[in-house]
Amino acid sequence: MSKTKVLTFVQKYTMIIALVLVTAFFAWRTNGKLLLPQNLTNIIAQNAYVFVLATGMLLCILTGGNIDLSVGSVVCFVGTVGAVLLRNDLNMWLVVLVMLLVGLLIGAWQAFWIAYVHVPPFITTLSGMMVFRGLSNVVLQGKTVSVTNEKFVQLFGGGAKCYVPDVFHGANINILCIVVGALCCVLYLFFTIRSRAVRKKAGLEVDSAAKTIITAVIIVAVVMFFTYRLAQYKGLPMALIWVALVVLIYTYITGKTTVGRYLYAIGGNEVATRLSGINTKSIYFFAYANMGLLSGLAGILTIARLTSAQPTYGQNYEMDAIGSCFIGGASAYGGVGTVPGVIIGALLMGVINIGMSIMGVDANYQKVVKGLVLLAAVIFDVVSKKKSS
Amino acid sequence: MSDIILEMRGITKEFPGVKALDDVNFAVKRGSIHALVGENGAGKSTLMNVLSGWYPYGSYSGDIIYNGEECRFHNLKDSESKGIVIIHQELALIPYMSIGENMFLGNEQGKKFAIDWDKTHAEATKYLKIVGLTESSKTLIKDIGVGKQQMVEIAKALAKHAKLMILDEPTSSLNEEDSQALLDLLLEFKKQGMTSIIISHKINEVSYVADDITIVRDGRTIETLTKGVDDFSEDRIIRGMVGRKMEDRFPKRSGVEIGDVALDVRNWTVYHPLYSDKKVVDDVSFHVRKGEVVGISGLMGAGRTELAMSLFGRSYGTGVTGTLKINGKEVHLHSPRQAIDNGLAYVTEDRKGNGLILSNPISVNTTLANMKGVSSRGVINTDKELAVAEEYRQKLRTKTPSVLQNVGNLSGGNQQKVLLAKWMYANPDILILDEPTRGIDVGAKYEIYCIINELVASGKSVIMISSELPEVLGMSDRIYVLNEGKLVGEFTREEASQEKIMACILSTDSAPKE
Repeated sequence: MSKTKVLTFVQKYTMIIALVLVTAFFAWRTNGKLLLPQNLTNIIAQNAYVFVLATGMLLCILTGGNIDLSVGSVVCFVGTVGAVLLRNDLNMWLVVLVMLLVGLLIGAWQAFWIAYVHVPPFITTLSGMMVFRGLSNVVLQGKTVSVTNEKFVQLFGGGAKCYVPDVFHGANINILCIVVGALCCVLYLFFTIRSRAVRKKAGLEVDSAAKTIITAVIIVAVVMFFTYRLAQYKGLPMALIWVALVVLIYTYITGKTTVGRYLYAIGGNEVATRLSGINTKSIYFFAYANMGLLSGLAGILTIARLTSAQPTYGQNYEMDAIGSCFIGGASAYGGVGTVPGVIIGALLMGVINIGMSIMGVDANYQKVVKGLVLLAAVIFDVVSKKKSS
Repeated sequence: MSDIILEMRGITKEFPGVKALDDVNFAVKRGSIHALVGENGAGKSTLMNVLSGWYPYGSYSGDIIYNGEECRFHNLKDSESKGIVIIHQELALIPYMSIGENMFLGNEQGKKFAIDWDKTHAEATKYLKIVGLTESSKTLIKDIGVGKQQMVEIAKALAKHAKLMILDEPTSSLNEEDSQALLDLLLEFKKQGMTSIIISHKINEVSYVADDITIVRDGRTIETLTKGVDDFSEDRIIRGMVGRKMEDRFPKRSGVEIGDVALDVRNWTVYHPLYSDKKVVDDVSFHVRKGEVVGISGLMGAGRTELAMSLFGRSYGTGVTGTLKINGKEVHLHSPRQAIDNGLAYVTEDRKGNGLILSNPISVNTTLANMKGVSSRGVINTDKELAVAEEYRQKLRTKTPSVLQNVGNLSGGNQQKVLLAKWMYANPDILILDEPTRGIDVGAKYEIYCIINELVASGKSVIMISSELPEVLGMSDRIYVLNEGKLVGEFTREEASQEKIMACILSTDSAPKE
């Protein structure tokens, strides 16, 4: 390959390359412990909230680099409401519904000011950050409320029992997990082949057959390795199911729906979008109301995993979400970024976290490293864009 | 008076795809007022930006000789240190700072880390007096009128010890009285030995104030007229400005039947969005028929774009009044969506700023104004979208490797085609094309004209706003002339000429009192 080819390859797959390198580094430094089944499971279960919040944050960032600072506090408040309701023995499904609704309402409240009154998102959500942190404290009166509803914890949590039961009753290995992994691969191959055929028919450029096959082989190998590892432990964590659901739905929304298209359009050129007859206000409203909804889901996942609600929960969650977006290639000016990209960003952060934890690195140093990774990712993005233009 | 203070030799400046200045030669006598005139986009402002170092040395070719020495300015500071100060068309004052603070911004009085405010305001007051302002130097800029703001700009230039002052359209936003005061001030400075270069399109002002007039056309200096030697009449100057021969640059349109009135606008008035007492469009009435190309001519700032955008779902302005009929039916359009749904399309003059999404592919841009066409219940049919984009790529002969190419990577002409494709796909009956050929090369222009002909041949109506007179004359069935927000003339294709349109604009300009 020529030098420019290498450069474009590196630019295109920067974050995947970084993820591979970082994973390899920690696998080496931890003598392979990082890739043990339990640790791989943990990367998912511990970071479930980051995946969910980062997905929602991406939609806000797409509209023009706007962020939502309130998500940590909203997660805490929704969790608080849920924990209190569960303590009063309300029906679990009703509680889940209420929690999602509370999240959505909070989102809509902030979205209204941002979209229709043009209060800057930074300020609106800074206010939300204080308001909902305060309200959580008020409701909890500074105490912890534990979540004892086992069904709720099992369904949404990340603890010891929170796995999808193996319907095939494998002896040493979770067969369902393997089946699901294989199914994902089959679906992936099906859609790749189909879209390639369609694009070829429409006379559009397609990747070379060799490139498509190599990519497919790599993806299948990674997915199967990952599910095999999970199967060796306890199978599919419930959290993974929720995360996968969110990722699939929002990949679809951003890629295939008009709403998704408008999010990118606004971030790319708001005036042009408005002059194309698109109601830009309602798109802003959608992005921020949706962020509330996903904060609600993250609240559910958080109290289920920690089996309690405390006034300090959710602190800095917004920073994890924002960081993942930017590391995952979202543009700080909006209009650029994908859900899969953001998930890779979140994974990168997750691997660094758990890798350093296994190595026994002091938590404060972990923060230093994460901060520097964020800066490095954005510097790389800015510099490489400058070079290519 | 033959002492030359400034000479620019062989200046050539290129922008991607466009030669803005082509071997320009220009000389200014010490202690004179030298005017630069020419049509929009002729290269006047570019030339002055080269002189002031805004375009740094090396980004152009040619020599600048000032006071007998060759100068290589790398930024505005370099030229200012020699006493060359430029006052831009858009006022560069900060509204929430005082006059004094603005005047010495970047030129702070006192020590580096301790601004001497007493000295600042004392100095400011001194220069304010020279330009005839009685305001306190502590008054905020936002609290004084535009005319006085222009005077503050001049005082600011004086405070920088200007020897050569460049004024770019200094009176464009001023009323008669303020314009007169400003011109008289320039004459007063001349007596004290100041040299000024003034760019203006107001010919009457130019012939009143200037000693020499240099005419710029298509990036070249055509001629220099000297007061008392050459004919200084408006007719003579206009002839120089528009002088080029009409070539066969416009495709013939034949057999297009002109039908019923498609768009009828009556008594349309629009106010400025921020200064709600300023009329931008003033009681304008006009109509367009099916199959007709109507040109709207006028100078920059005449209110043409504002008129078009206010018609297009009130995308511009406040206090819009008047009636709008489409195909004989009165409509009230309050958003671009409603306008599009009623068969109206506005193709912006600023394709990069508010027309296209440069970071997105051609396919996305093509369908943006008509997503319904490629989606059902909010889900996009990507295959159909690509097919549509491909169809229009072939129809308009857009040069690109594929429709998945980002629009930002295309040339200006091809970007313009994508913009047209977007609005053609929205399937309007009436298209308002605002400067449809700005900044694109001759070949692409011809192709755009062909597209316009095809549009009207299929029964659509086209309103073409353009600053290029030959284009308006070559393409339009009828021409309206707009000046200072008012409709000041209407010509048929047969009776229109460059001289008539120019004279029509100039005769209605608010002229300075003699």
